[in-house]
Amino acid sequence: MEGESFVGVVKTGVANLASVEAGLRRVGATPVLIDRPEEIERAARLVLPGVGAFAAAMQRLVELGLVGALQNRIARGRPTLAICLGLQLLAAESDESPGITGFSIFQTRVERLQATRVPQLGWNLVEAAADSRFLVSGHAYFANSYGLNECPLGWTPAWTHNGRRLIAAVERNNVLACQFHPELSGAWGQDLLRRWLQATATTSSEERVRC
Amino acid sequence: MLTKRIIPCLDCRDGRVVKGVRFENLRDVGSPAEQAALYETQGADEIVVLDVSATVMGRANQVETVKTVREALSIPLTVGGGVRNVIDAARLLEFGADKVSINSAAVQDPELINGLARQFGSQCTVLAVDAAEVERGFWEVVIHSGTTRTGLDVVEWCRKGVDRGVGEILLTSLDRDGTRIGYCLELISAVSGAVTVPIIASGGANEPQHLLEAIQAGADAVLAASIFHSGELSVAEIKDFLAKQQVEVRQ
Repeated sequence: MEGESFVGVVKTGVANLASVEAGLRRVGATPVLIDRPEEIERAARLVLPGVGAFAAAMQRLVELGLVGALQNRIARGRPTLAICLGLQLLAAESDESPGITGFSIFQTRVERLQATRVPQLGWNLVEAAADSRFLVSGHAYFANSYGLNECPLGWTPAWTHNGRRLIAAVERNNVLACQFHPELSGAWGQDLLRRWLQATATTSSEERVRC
Repeated sequence: MLTKRIIPCLDCRDGRVVKGVRFENLRDVGSPAEQAALYETQGADEIVVLDVSATVMGRANQVETVKTVREALSIPLTVGGGVRNVIDAARLLEFGADKVSINSAAVQDPELINGLARQFGSQCTVLAVDAAEVERGFWEVVIHSGTTRTGLDVVEWCRKGVDRGVGEILLTSLDRDGTRIGYCLELISAVSGAVTVPIIASGGANEPQHLLEAIQAGADAVLAASIFHSGELSVAEIKDFLAKQQVEVRQ
């Protein structure tokens, strides 16, 4: 995990990782599957993917003993990209799995979408904030039935609309959490992956800790 | 607002893209990875790969096809054809499918739907339904590539599928498939009104107007094969047309 191009991908066991791996390879990175706490700590850059149910993913991460290491690196702003359910896991709880506690980095609840059609499957317009470091506005591919309606405190939001206003992504320091799938969002998504990789490459050896 | 999706479909047999009329008289129209990449550059929102192989040998190529298409593609990939159980689906997902579509096996064992939704989530679970009109306003579910009638009411079957955890319905009019006379709008409207998950309309597209009509009838996405494979129309041309008609599309 020493080289510049290596990116650790957390093997959550419930996620389809082939698309994430292929997406990273297309932008010149080398994905390495990892599932041990020390690997999470060591990885210069880390992707937390997630497809499936909130409870199943949390249970798996608890079993693997990864929750503490993940909470730690995200709190310290170390280069981490959370995708889809990966973003939702950062919240305190979810409508999908009542009674199950998430990472609680966001003191917010993941709620069931209130759209005409659920799941939200398809391309929606993401509106980036002016002070966003990674995101620019454009269409992204979403595949979710749950989401955040509020921006967690201290994070920079990007929004989308489906029935109501929803969080499309949030970022803080070198952490980027996307409700959409950058690896499936065409050229726009690849550009985003590239920007995150480039911006975090300079900080991977010597972290900028701002929180 | 979610945009309406345009989805080229690659019917594959023995690792090649083929196209027939009403599932018969298949002819070779190209390599899946090349076709998929071409459609992505044209602005396709997603690619569907359906394996129409008749043999076990043919099926072995399916994983290879999924792998090569996945490496090239940075948009979602739905794969179907011959998925009989959770293990088949897991294999396709492992090699790069983002969604798996099930058809005949779900009719024979509806519990399979629950299994897939539980294991991979509703957003991964697509129910493909081939519909044949029996009388005006009534469609019967047909399985095994259009050869076996089931007696099931299409609208009722779609509703049950959603109750069991289906996240999307790929609705094909067997009467229109490959005929290029336009989508079956009554069918789209009947299913779209009965369920709350997205509907992909399929079967019968020949011109941009047909896709517009399907969207107006309630389709969230429109799938086509022949018009794209023949090179007569590009995805970009269709999106230009739809945008001029005030349909929100990704351009």
